[in-house]
Amino acid sequence: MDSQWYQIGYLLSASFFIFGLKMLGHPRTAPRGNQLGALGMLTAVVTVLLETDLVNNPLLIVAGIAIGALIGAWLAVRVEMTGMPELVALFNGFGGAASALVALAEAYAAIESENIPEGLELHVAWVAIGLSALVGWMTLTGSLVAYAKLKGGFMIFGKWRKTPTWGPSWLNPIKALSLGAAFVLIFMTIQTPSDLELVWLLIALSCVIGVILVLPIGGADMPVVVSLLNSLSGIAAAFTGFIISNSVLIIAGSLVGASGLILTFIMCKAMNRRLFDVLLKSFGGTEKESVTRTKVGSDPDEVAMILDGAQKVIIVPGYGMAVSQCQHQVKEFADLLEEKYGTEVKYAIHPVAGRMPGHMNVLLAEASVPYEKLIEMDEINPELPEADAAIVIGANDTCNPVARSGEGPLAGMPIIDVDNARSVVIIKRSLSVGYAGVDNDLFYMDKTMMLFGDGKKMMTALNTAIKES
Amino acid sequence: MEPATLIGSLTLFALAIFLGFELITKVPPTLHTPLMSGANAISGISIVGAILGANVLYDSGHTEISGVIAFFALILATINVVGGFAVTNRMLQMIAGRRKRGGD
Repeated sequence: MDSQWYQIGYLLSASFFIFGLKMLGHPRTAPRGNQLGALGMLTAVVTVLLETDLVNNPLLIVAGIAIGALIGAWLAVRVEMTGMPELVALFNGFGGAASALVALAEAYAAIESENIPEGLELHVAWVAIGLSALVGWMTLTGSLVAYAKLKGGFMIFGKWRKTPTWGPSWLNPIKALSLGAAFVLIFMTIQTPSDLELVWLLIALSCVIGVILVLPIGGADMPVVVSLLNSLSGIAAAFTGFIISNSVLIIAGSLVGASGLILTFIMCKAMNRRLFDVLLKSFGGTEKESVTRTKVGSDPDEVAMILDGAQKVIIVPGYGMAVSQCQHQVKEFADLLEEKYGTEVKYAIHPVAGRMPGHMNVLLAEASVPYEKLIEMDEINPELPEADAAIVIGANDTCNPVARSGEGPLAGMPIIDVDNARSVVIIKRSLSVGYAGVDNDLFYMDKTMMLFGDGKKMMTALNTAIKES
Repeated sequence: MEPATLIGSLTLFALAIFLGFELITKVPPTLHTPLMSGANAISGISIVGAILGANVLYDSGHTEISGVIAFFALILATINVVGGFAVTNRMLQMIAGRRKRGGD
């Protein structure tokens, strides 16, 4: 078949991606958008299989696709809802590495077949190979660090280690220097294109850059980082497209690169952070403050008493709810209140509650909490002064009043004004600091009752106490 | 590579970047994670490059290493693509399920 026809296949695939991405941004059309994206990918793969003439060499390629598909599907099906953000980070790293590996393979192919291009072609190919390697490997190691940070730690020889957050201020010039060195290396590879050692040096340097870029960033900012890395992995795919002059790689890669960057800014805005600050000023968990104040814990019966006859209760879920998987108990709790006292129950959703935007929505959806009861922060805040009680379940930083003070790592982050409610119940395992490493005054207020314990256990006990009261 | 090919590639690159900037506006927070995950699956498009690269192995006997590298790229890209779309689908289904049950 004529090569023009394959171009039509790639064009079709690119169109699917464009409409898919567009539809993913609206709640009603999002599932269709995702399917369109998958259809676009299928179109691209079928086209390239026809182009490479599968009859010639089916085994290796089919094997590669089968292995990858099995691993990918297994990971996607097996993952718990709480583990999804980490998985996205991991997939993202793989995508970046794949682009970089394709670029490396092209470099090897040219050198091994002693068919090194010259002139303009050499410049374009080797700049693209270099940039693809830089961005791709940086995305891989950065994503792996983000993965470990989202998990909270990693296993070494069966021992659990906490992910460190380490970022002295002198690391910033080092980041800039390494990036500069990487560009010099790319320039040097053009001078001696047959020297693969330079390429390997570039790969090593890129891996280091990825690590030192993400390591100083605190866990609370990880969603933004993963989104940025997602954008970078798109850019890496686009650079790879330049090497093999493939239109669909260029289009899909730059689409993801650009829209990923926009999404990163949208997320930054939701957290009231600037991308520059996220990347260059370390935030969160640097030095965990030691907690010196104390608060006497309450018990479920006492809380049930407070809730007796309440007219309005607002539930504020956080990562603790995700960890203990107590969304069903939370739903039961809301149903109980509604039945018994006719209480109006609403859920206050902070844009970054949990480890990812939308984390809470997905979990509560699983417990079939009605959509219209999930209220976003800006809309729920004016309602809090009317609430008889705010029930905070495993949330901390997203309702820490210190954010209003304009000092410390949480400064300026919009919060849910839980402290305006008539009484506050906080379910939490201890008084320890949250992700951002800042003590929370809310815990020590007179109207606050602390229920120390695992979310699921405490919610179950609370439900029993309400039934019995 | 002809200069014309390069210009063509650069044109695609620039236009797609502009399009990408315009494509995403005002996304509700619920969709931030699914959108990121779906876009991430699309960036697995390097699967096409990996298939082309792995194919070289058979075209000439000189390029075995590049074929092996491309083979690993193919596995990683497929994980990204299949896993990415599947996980996005799971997230969206939960949201859709909620709408169905939650809608009056």
